[in-house]
Amino acid sequence: MIGDWLDIGSVDQITPGTARTLPVVGFDEIAVFRTQKNEFYALVNKCPHKQGPLSQGIVHDNVVTCPLHNWNISLKTGEALGEDKGCVPTIPMKVDAGRMYLLRSAVVGKRAA
Amino acid sequence: MSPPRPPNFGMRSGGFFVLRVLPRITELNAPSTLMDKDNTAPVKERLVVIGNGMAGCRAVEEILALDSARFDVTIFGAEPRVNYNRIMLSPVLAGEKAFEDIVINSDDWYTDNAITLVSGDPVVSIDRATQTVVAKSGRVEPYDRLLIATGSDPFIIPVPGKDLAGVVTFRDLDDVDKMLTAAEKGGSAVVIGGGLLGLEAAHGLSLRGMKVTVVHLMPTLMERQLDEAAGYLLKTELERRGQTIVTGGDTAEIVGRDGQVSAVRLKDGRTFDADIVVMAVGIRPGTTLAKSAGIEVERGIVVDDHMVTSDPAIMAVGECVQHRGACYGLVAPLWDMCRALADAACQQPSGYEGSVTSTKLKVSGIDLFSAGDFSGGDGAEDIVMRDAARGVYKRVVVKDNRLVGAVLYGDTADGNWYFDLLKKGEDISDIREALIFGQAFASGGALLDPNAAVAALSDDAEICGCNGVSKGKVIETINAGACSLDAVRSTCKASASCGSCTGLVESLLALTLGGEVQSGPKTMCKCTSFSHDDVRRLIGEKSLRSIPQAMQELHWTTPDGCSSCRPALNYYLLCAWPGEYEDDQKSRFVNERLHANIQKDGTYSVVPRMWGGLTNPRELRAIADVVEKFNAPMVKVTGGQRLDIFGIKKEDLPAVWADLNAAGMVSGHAYGKSLRTVKTCVGSEWCRFGTQDSTGLGVKLERMTWGSWMPHKFKIAVSGCPRNCAEATIKDFGVVCVDSGYELHVGGNGGIKVRATDLLCKVATEAEVMDVCAAFIQLYREQAHYLERTAPWIERVGLDHVKAGLFDDADSVKRLAARFRYSQTFCQDDPWAERVAGKDADLHQHLAEVRPLSITEYAQ
Repeated sequence: MIGDWLDIGSVDQITPGTARTLPVVGFDEIAVFRTQKNEFYALVNKCPHKQGPLSQGIVHDNVVTCPLHNWNISLKTGEALGEDKGCVPTIPMKVDAGRMYLLRSAVVGKRAA
Repeated sequence: MSPPRPPNFGMRSGGFFVLRVLPRITELNAPSTLMDKDNTAPVKERLVVIGNGMAGCRAVEEILALDSARFDVTIFGAEPRVNYNRIMLSPVLAGEKAFEDIVINSDDWYTDNAITLVSGDPVVSIDRATQTVVAKSGRVEPYDRLLIATGSDPFIIPVPGKDLAGVVTFRDLDDVDKMLTAAEKGGSAVVIGGGLLGLEAAHGLSLRGMKVTVVHLMPTLMERQLDEAAGYLLKTELERRGQTIVTGGDTAEIVGRDGQVSAVRLKDGRTFDADIVVMAVGIRPGTTLAKSAGIEVERGIVVDDHMVTSDPAIMAVGECVQHRGACYGLVAPLWDMCRALADAACQQPSGYEGSVTSTKLKVSGIDLFSAGDFSGGDGAEDIVMRDAARGVYKRVVVKDNRLVGAVLYGDTADGNWYFDLLKKGEDISDIREALIFGQAFASGGALLDPNAAVAALSDDAEICGCNGVSKGKVIETINAGACSLDAVRSTCKASASCGSCTGLVESLLALTLGGEVQSGPKTMCKCTSFSHDDVRRLIGEKSLRSIPQAMQELHWTTPDGCSSCRPALNYYLLCAWPGEYEDDQKSRFVNERLHANIQKDGTYSVVPRMWGGLTNPRELRAIADVVEKFNAPMVKVTGGQRLDIFGIKKEDLPAVWADLNAAGMVSGHAYGKSLRTVKTCVGSEWCRFGTQDSTGLGVKLERMTWGSWMPHKFKIAVSGCPRNCAEATIKDFGVVCVDSGYELHVGGNGGIKVRATDLLCKVATEAEVMDVCAAFIQLYREQAHYLERTAPWIERVGLDHVKAGLFDDADSVKRLAARFRYSQTFCQDDPWAERVAGKDADLHQHLAEVRPLSITEYAQ
């Protein structure tokens, strides 16, 4: 049977404290984050506010600040923090032996709008 | 197992398909069938242990303690010696212990317990059908129960030269002997791997007199145990001790001479001499034997909660196993595993539930402790305490009123207390306020109200260690009229240096004044108690050179700042240490990181520089070609006299820039907190009213100032006559030419709040215009707060302050201008050309691209 997890590459491809993008043909682009503390998260690359590319925001702790209007989004839950309300879908992710994996069913979970 | 189906879903990455099928996680705690076996066995069972290490012997000890008559025990060991404490190899290397000191089980132990020790003769195969093991010598040993305790193997990175003589690992006593032999001759050692083991090896070799370089792939030492701040402290301390620490160093090759190692070369070209190379990049479970015997192996040998493998007659324990998905490389889990194993083997099953681990670095004089999960996460809250004067960093992570992780550097006295709280999962809400201060304080009960604790201090108690200020002195200062933190800082200096006593001073203010405490100037952000001015001053005073260092020394309360303080610190450091400070790209706002302006749809706009607003057919053709080639939906003339190309994707930016570079154009910095444009009118060359060559002067000013980073964006204009067609009087720096020379204006703004400039001075020559412009910019760069335009800056400090800074001293303009020009020597490389040449390519390229082969299948 086919694996549940999709190998998206080596952890070395993302500098700690930054994110990279993973387009999915026909579906929403995914932003893959690596925090300064070497945690890995994957979110749909769209701020719940005005669809800004979260991958381009400044990462601090496990929060990214959207480059368009400075909303702070939790990388763990996808929820907007503070006074702002909204949530972006997260994609279950795991790291094993230096490789990054996304949950296959979640990668293609949502049609691009 | 059914064979894999052909994939219907692949992923394209640079032209090839990457598709990996991962093993499924197996249910590990399935009921074991062992317990009811041989309940009435009349004779002793034969227990064979593969591995004479800490795990194997500890398991045997546990079994003997429970039921010494149950088994006939045979232990096979690959090393030709008795069992010793492997984690104490570091002190042996460092010369702090001898081998005899670290022996756990001497020959007597084996004899006394009638254990057969077969040392120096490793087992080479297991025959599960006949229940026998075969050793290298050919010896065959039958078993009823087999225990695999093969530990782990050092990971060898597959680089050229890895097999040269002089390349060693750090795993057993033989490795230590090799290192000691090398150290006797002196010379240089390179340790590859800045984890626990690597650093301990480096420390030992360094004490033995070798010149040691540690090459670590990741940006932070011991990144699995430490956060960035603690990693920084550790690096600084090791460097102070004379080791060379290279983080972010990727080994390309181990260079040899006559079959003997001579140097290590990194991928970035740096080379380090090496008479010995210690490879300490990690370990992997030793599973070879188990795998070839057909036992289930994933990353490690898969065991259930009773340490039983997929073969009910075979158990496994230690670093070679994988339990509930986890493999451990530390000693503590081993004790728990061995207990559970013995319980099950002696038919009193208890079950192992996994371990929470803690780490202490065994490098004398460096106190470092880490335990649990300090990666934060949802609902987790960080409590951080930094004491720069003592070199202390403490961070505890609390989640749902429970301690889940801790990192301590410099003062690890409370490590065990935290670890205990963590393992027990006790509710800490009662002691939360005082948790970070450690057990002594948190257990004090009555001292939980911080104000009460401060009130209880005697008058001569020291409040500020940096400046030696007592509680009595602070209260005296407050009573004398210092009603704010800032006033106290400037009067008696308490809390004015490292800031760690800020909370105490605030408590004293509250106690002394009640509700009359005045709030001081706004702090830089919620991560610090310091204002922008304080931070800038302290960067100079304390010679702070990096963001983690500034955060540590200035007691940041968050682990790595926030989106407002990171860019500010990056700018302040860049301004303070030109040519020296390395710009931190991850602390830059997207526009400055991608050298283009992000638009609402996530695409970018690109503005090439047009010096003084001048252009030519070649540039215009290149721009037109780019617009067509990249299908840019819009081109617009900007207010700053240049052309803006819209709708460029981030991955196309380098190609766009390459085309623009080819026509001689460079970045216009329309995206930066930096010089934007110099707007000009046509001036005396064409205009019938023009008094001076405003266009030519504008070009000169732009050539001098382009590329500089500033607190905020900066606009210049030069008008050729007082009709002021270039709108110079709403710019940050405006020149209005008159017959007799040049009027220089500053602090104008055409934005939200329109502000006309103030007249700064009048000068006679172009050279003076250039000098005053450079000096004014440098004064602004050195004094304004990050994200403060010149207009609010001048309103805050006053025009007189600016004039005084420039003109009170006859040399000020020259000195400021010289500092600006020096800083510019590092700033005027076109950032676009660097990106075209391949720098920071991963900022532009996608990680990969996923192409579901059958979209419809997933569409519902």
